[in-house]
Amino acid sequence: MSASSQTSVQTSIVVEAPIDRAFTVFTEDIGSWWPPDHHILQAELAEMVFEPHPGGHIYDRGTDGSVCRWARVLAYEPPERVVFSWDISLAWQIESDPTKTSEVEVRFVAESPQRTRVTLEHRHIDHHGEGWEQMRDAVGSPEGWGVGLRRFATRLEGVPTAGG
Amino acid sequence: MTNISALAALGDPTRRAIFEHLADNPSAVGALAQCLPVSRPAVSQHLKVLKDAGLVTDHRDGTRHIYRLDPTGIAELRDYLDRFWNTALASFKARVEEGGGTLP
Repeated sequence: MSASSQTSVQTSIVVEAPIDRAFTVFTEDIGSWWPPDHHILQAELAEMVFEPHPGGHIYDRGTDGSVCRWARVLAYEPPERVVFSWDISLAWQIESDPTKTSEVEVRFVAESPQRTRVTLEHRHIDHHGEGWEQMRDAVGSPEGWGVGLRRFATRLEGVPTAGG
Repeated sequence: MTNISALAALGDPTRRAIFEHLADNPSAVGALAQCLPVSRPAVSQHLKVLKDAGLVTDHRDGTRHIYRLDPTGIAELRDYLDRFWNTALASFKARVEEGGGTLP
């Protein structure tokens, strides 16, 4: 294992869609696919906004008008690349100290006119120094994200779930 | 199990600097003290905290101890983010392949 891979997470997925559409859905339409239980807002989520330029933010807006800016857009190069900071602490709170934030780089590569590979790297995760125990407690239960992942996999494969 | 206080050890900026240096270059105490604005005894103390937290490990090379990252130390955080992004990208794939929706 290389040194950098120890402090980053990499994953990729191939989608049956043109590169322009993949990029647009990932950025402008982020609210349509972001896991709905992963928001910091106290209020109910009204919308997610991705400001499409370097220096912009990704933010959540609540139905009560509250706004939570949880990412800074560091690079915006449609339709091939976007980089944003991850200003979320391990306790799933806004991290105001930029030295304690990590960053996410997403690259889009056209494998054919109708197929796109999306590669994501979440790096410098060691910058998050505090709050590890709370985060583990929040997501480490058997009812945590593993269930959601299996539901998505089941849906993608078109297999009906037993008992809903 | 990984020591759950592991990342709390990285709350200290000097320890984080040492940790990040070791991510790129496995090093002995003397080399770390030369490239960081910290005394050699202080480096040793920080390394002890990082080692107790399961973040770095060392091996003997002649008379020196060479420190490097312990690959299991931050495994839990990587697992957590790995699960998150796999979930999120699966949802993204489902959405982008719907074809219609609100987008052209």
